[in-house]
Amino acid sequence: MPRLMVLLLLVGLCWPFASRADDPLAELASGNFNTVRQGVEDLALSGNAHAAAIISALQNSQLYYMPDGTLLLKADDDSFTNAITGEAFTDSDDEAKAVRVNNSVRSAIDAALGSLRLFDKDPAVRVDAAEAVFNAHDPTAIPALDRALAQEADASVKRRMEQARAAAVISDPDAAEKDRLAAVAELRARGDQASRSLLSSLAGQTGPVADAAAAAVVSIDWVLQLWSVGESVFYGVSLGSVLLLAAAGLAITFGVMGVINMAHGEMVMIGAYTTFVVQQFMHAHLPAVYEFSLLIAVPLAFLVSGGVGVVVERSLIRWLYGRPLETLLATWGLSLVLQQVVRSLFGANNQQVDTPGWMSGAIQLGGLTLTLNRLYIILFAFLVVGALMAALRYTPLGLRMRAVTQNRRMAAAMGIRTPWIDALTFGLGSGVAGIAGVALSQIDNVSPNLGQGYIIDSFMVVVFGGVGNLWGTVVGALTLGIVNKFLEPIAGAVLGKIVVLVLLILFVQRNPRGMFPLKGRAVEA
Amino acid sequence: MKLDLTGWITITLVLGVALVLALLNQMTAPGSALHVPTYVVALAGKYLCFAMLALAVDLVWGFAGILSLGHAAFFALGGYAMGMYLMRQIGTRGVYGNPTLPDFMVFLGWDHLPWYWYGFSWFGFAMLMAILVPALLAGVFGWLAFRSRVTGVYLSIITQALTYALLLAFFRNDMGFGGNNGLTDFKDILGFNVQADATRSALLVISALLLCGQFLLARFVVDSRFGKILIAVRDTESRTRFLGYRPESYKLVVWVLSAMMAGIGGALYVPQVGIINPSEFAPGNSIEAVIWVAVGGRGTLVGAILGAVLVNFGKTWFTGALPEIWLYALGAMFIFVTLFLPRGVMGLFRARTRKEPEPESPAAAAAQEVTG
Amino acid sequence: MSLDEPSLSRRGLGRLGVAAATLAAFGAVEATTSKPAAAQASGGTIKVGILHSLSGTMAISETTLKDVMLMLIEQQNAKGGLLGKKLEAVVVDPASNWPLFAEKARQLISVDKVAAVFGCWTSVSRKSVLPVFEELNSILFYPVQYEGQECSRNVFYTGAAPNQQAIPAVDYLWNENKVKRWVLAGTDYVYPRTTNQILEAYLKSRGVAQEDILINYTPFGHSDWQNIVASIKKFGSAGKKTAVVSTINGDANVPFYKELGNQGIKATDIPVVAFSVGEEELAGIDTKPLVGHLAAWNYFESVDTAQNKKFIDTWKKFTKNPKRTTNDPMEAHYIGFNQWIKGVEKAGTTDPDAVIDALIGVSVPNLSGGFSTIMSNHHITKPVLIGEIQGNGQFNIVSQTPGLVVAQEWSPYVADTKDLIGDWRAPLKCGAFNVKTGTCTAGKKV
Repeated sequence: MPRLMVLLLLVGLCWPFASRADDPLAELASGNFNTVRQGVEDLALSGNAHAAAIISALQNSQLYYMPDGTLLLKADDDSFTNAITGEAFTDSDDEAKAVRVNNSVRSAIDAALGSLRLFDKDPAVRVDAAEAVFNAHDPTAIPALDRALAQEADASVKRRMEQARAAAVISDPDAAEKDRLAAVAELRARGDQASRSLLSSLAGQTGPVADAAAAAVVSIDWVLQLWSVGESVFYGVSLGSVLLLAAAGLAITFGVMGVINMAHGEMVMIGAYTTFVVQQFMHAHLPAVYEFSLLIAVPLAFLVSGGVGVVVERSLIRWLYGRPLETLLATWGLSLVLQQVVRSLFGANNQQVDTPGWMSGAIQLGGLTLTLNRLYIILFAFLVVGALMAALRYTPLGLRMRAVTQNRRMAAAMGIRTPWIDALTFGLGSGVAGIAGVALSQIDNVSPNLGQGYIIDSFMVVVFGGVGNLWGTVVGALTLGIVNKFLEPIAGAVLGKIVVLVLLILFVQRNPRGMFPLKGRAVEA
Repeated sequence: MKLDLTGWITITLVLGVALVLALLNQMTAPGSALHVPTYVVALAGKYLCFAMLALAVDLVWGFAGILSLGHAAFFALGGYAMGMYLMRQIGTRGVYGNPTLPDFMVFLGWDHLPWYWYGFSWFGFAMLMAILVPALLAGVFGWLAFRSRVTGVYLSIITQALTYALLLAFFRNDMGFGGNNGLTDFKDILGFNVQADATRSALLVISALLLCGQFLLARFVVDSRFGKILIAVRDTESRTRFLGYRPESYKLVVWVLSAMMAGIGGALYVPQVGIINPSEFAPGNSIEAVIWVAVGGRGTLVGAILGAVLVNFGKTWFTGALPEIWLYALGAMFIFVTLFLPRGVMGLFRARTRKEPEPESPAAAAAQEVTG
Repeated sequence: MSLDEPSLSRRGLGRLGVAAATLAAFGAVEATTSKPAAAQASGGTIKVGILHSLSGTMAISETTLKDVMLMLIEQQNAKGGLLGKKLEAVVVDPASNWPLFAEKARQLISVDKVAAVFGCWTSVSRKSVLPVFEELNSILFYPVQYEGQECSRNVFYTGAAPNQQAIPAVDYLWNENKVKRWVLAGTDYVYPRTTNQILEAYLKSRGVAQEDILINYTPFGHSDWQNIVASIKKFGSAGKKTAVVSTINGDANVPFYKELGNQGIKATDIPVVAFSVGEEELAGIDTKPLVGHLAAWNYFESVDTAQNKKFIDTWKKFTKNPKRTTNDPMEAHYIGFNQWIKGVEKAGTTDPDAVIDALIGVSVPNLSGGFSTIMSNHHITKPVLIGEIQGNGQFNIVSQTPGLVVAQEWSPYVADTKDLIGDWRAPLKCGAFNVKTGTCTAGKKV
């Protein structure tokens, strides 16, 4: 223990400005970014009992200061307490100013909180703290890390701390060579991009450590290369699932009913705006379950878009059966009107749709970074399509839908109310488009133009897969997604897309009815 | 070839209005009550170019049953050929004063003209390209598509893919066509200042003449034996095939012809609006061209011209008079026409005069379901 | 056609009536629009054209500018108008369609006879209307940051030139964050291309090696950023501090930032500084994962001055929406409009030639506490502000140039333009004067 104290003291002395800064709290109240950063660093090393509380308040922009230098903590209910004494602050808070931070202060906060939280009771917090220290890779954290390592019992936390220590050691050119070689090995074992970054920062130096680091970089690169193939597959499947969601509704309205539905994109947009309205409402009235707003938006978007679809079918499309080209015209006009309606109601700007906490961030799977929102969208796309297929196959409504689209007159003769079924089918397609809108609101702009961006791709997917075949749509969407994502790194985003389009044209020349053509008399109808 | 009454009226109207506008613009003083501002002349010229595109769409859609959702691509290619000629005419008057390279190439740091720009300083060559390039693209695309019997929506969607691919390609600055900004800031055409009122009036009259020429050509094609077979292909392709004709050849010929017509329209469009850029390839533009034809009346060549002028006039007027809500008006117009005027505006005259037999038989209706 | 279509003869007459009415309506309109001067003899008003897209892809950004112009005109009228006349706004919708921009510009100038036009956003729309303004000799105020390399007599550029935005931002990252490796990511069009060309030359002049610069272009409206964000991450793992300079265009930014947030690229690891992302764009994103990423502008809503506070209050009252944000191009219109008013008052007429000459040297207060002056190159002086994104969608201003920056219309970092200057004052009167050869290469009014 005395040795540690000496170390801490030494560190304190080594720090160039530490001796000058007597009062970290005054530094925090200075209003100058560099001094505030200094204050954070000094406060973390000062051993002040309130350090963690003050720094985390700063992180959450809840730290204020008065002109006289008094630090205040702002609570969620906008009341202030004195940061040191903990007493409620009763004077006028008109002059209280927030302590502003910039990126370098933010880095210092992360590093400081990391060091302070290494001793937290919760292992998960300790892991995060170790990661923060790893990212800061500041040699001054080594003593704290050593202390934490000495008392750490949890193996996985300990491993993270060792990695953090390695990162700090490698950033310290004065460390012993033996330690640095061990650190290189540790980082090589970790093998991610952050480790690669640290190791390659030694490039240009000479000596055994640099050599070991260079070798480690080569080895990490090789592994990362392998992972990148998996990464491309994930990106492709993810893009494919977005295309699938966007196209699934069109596979019904266009594929099954034969309506060239140019307003399909606007149904998607309506779904996205429904999500926005649901979130606004829940934010104001049901903040407790706000996290689940998307789950509530899904059925509502289905109902709203589906309802619009039914209305459109009853008022517009039903006059146009047997004249598919004119559906193109009328729905194009409709899409203009719907866009303008949304523009008039909500304004032309983007609307903000929040991503709930459980959908934000990413999980690390070996060398793969799988973003959670994409992962959920992939899952969701398959759920939606699965449910759609089941509805068509197993429900009485689905049976009638198939009957009507296969032979309208015969179905009518069997007593099926064909107009009603038409309306419901169109409503179903539109409703599915609405659901797609909920998902797309998570990755794209929620603006009146949202639908326009997906309409062409959706038609391509349906035609590529084969009109009238849901399986075709699934395979088509995934194929296009994956091909696109494998071409993108080679040809670039624009050229990649052009190549995909040309391939699609050539494919349709060879297979004039898509991948899964319908067989039988319907083909030549 | 006999021209019916509607045909004569069309030609007289197009030429007459163009001439009157041009003359009134040139002969009267700006203050006079009869004076036609250059703004109107330029607008009229633009409408006539769109009418050529509509005519081209109608020829393939109305008479051969090929619904093209990518015809604006041919229009734009013709426009780019003209634009390249106009760029080469700028010479040293560009911002950087480079005698051979257009400004955007200087800016991208290119040191020589790419090979595909060679020859475009000659008007004749550029005009040849304005016709040949669309024809070539249409030829290759049509040969592949019609030979393998891609029909109906499949064909429509791949034409859309075609124009979309071209849109993306021309957006790329590395392609050497000016990227998103396209080609603009033109100075001269054949030595005449493109911005001069006289040049504009002349361009208007030339557009009117070429439109009439295209109209007559289309009428000739449609009325000929070739045209009858084309209509047979439109109505029942398989029956025509069984009678020993090769529908793909007929379709290919009319498809290429139509692309050339669109190309000419594009070439005349560019000097009159003063810019050509990739957004002309946007799939929405092709769909709009189809809508002009539908509004005017599919399968009637006059209808195509009328539709193009009417819809574009509506657009000009609405965007100026009702800037906040014009999309409602335009959208409502499309819906109204589809629901209440299924044969377009021309259908009204047809119904009244009843000179011609009903153009579409039940067999045609069945065929349409496929071609849709 | 279906068989049960009612025969045409029965309905024919009624339809004819409809069509005739439609045609008659069009005819009537033609009559009014084609005879401007006679029919719309403007009694006591001065017309101001507003040329911003209200529909189509650019409506997202441009609608706000139309609104702010209407507000400014209303305010001016409340103050008694201009030269004893009321101002009248003429709003048209060029619908994000570039040839339509030219057509509408022509309509505004020659049919509506506006005294000046405030409008355009994208470079291509400006390029499209430029010949029209030069031909018909009118005035355009262009409020958006742009690529420079242009200096027209008929245009006043109230947005930033590259040296008023891009270079100070790079300097900030260089000094503050010690950035040594640069990703220049942009949408593939002329503004990002020029800006990146200038930045590349600038960075190299400061000793950055070629392999430490990564340039990437994406198409408009690009929505799937997975690979690109991953490759930025990879580029950033070479052991040197890395930053992204983003010239990604409006619409594509939301998915880009969402992907950044999800892949966990924090501003403390790889900061992104953007030139096309302002308060309006951020209004569509949950900014909590983006805290600390930067933007460089000449104005932020969070600027703490009395003038700005007043402007924001009026704006919120005018739009009757307490959530409406303000942004940099709005300030540019605010400055440009006030300059135009002052210029017209100075000239005593709205005659374009007189106003164009009078405008040079006109100085009005901007919203960040200083004065913006129109220089002889038709660009204005501006301060450069660097802001960090905050959790509430606003910017925290972390740096401000000490003085005003004068625009360089022709970049000294591009070989072909390093000797050019624009000067529209009396003796020179040239948009592109080569100081080496002493000749005017372009833009001389003949």
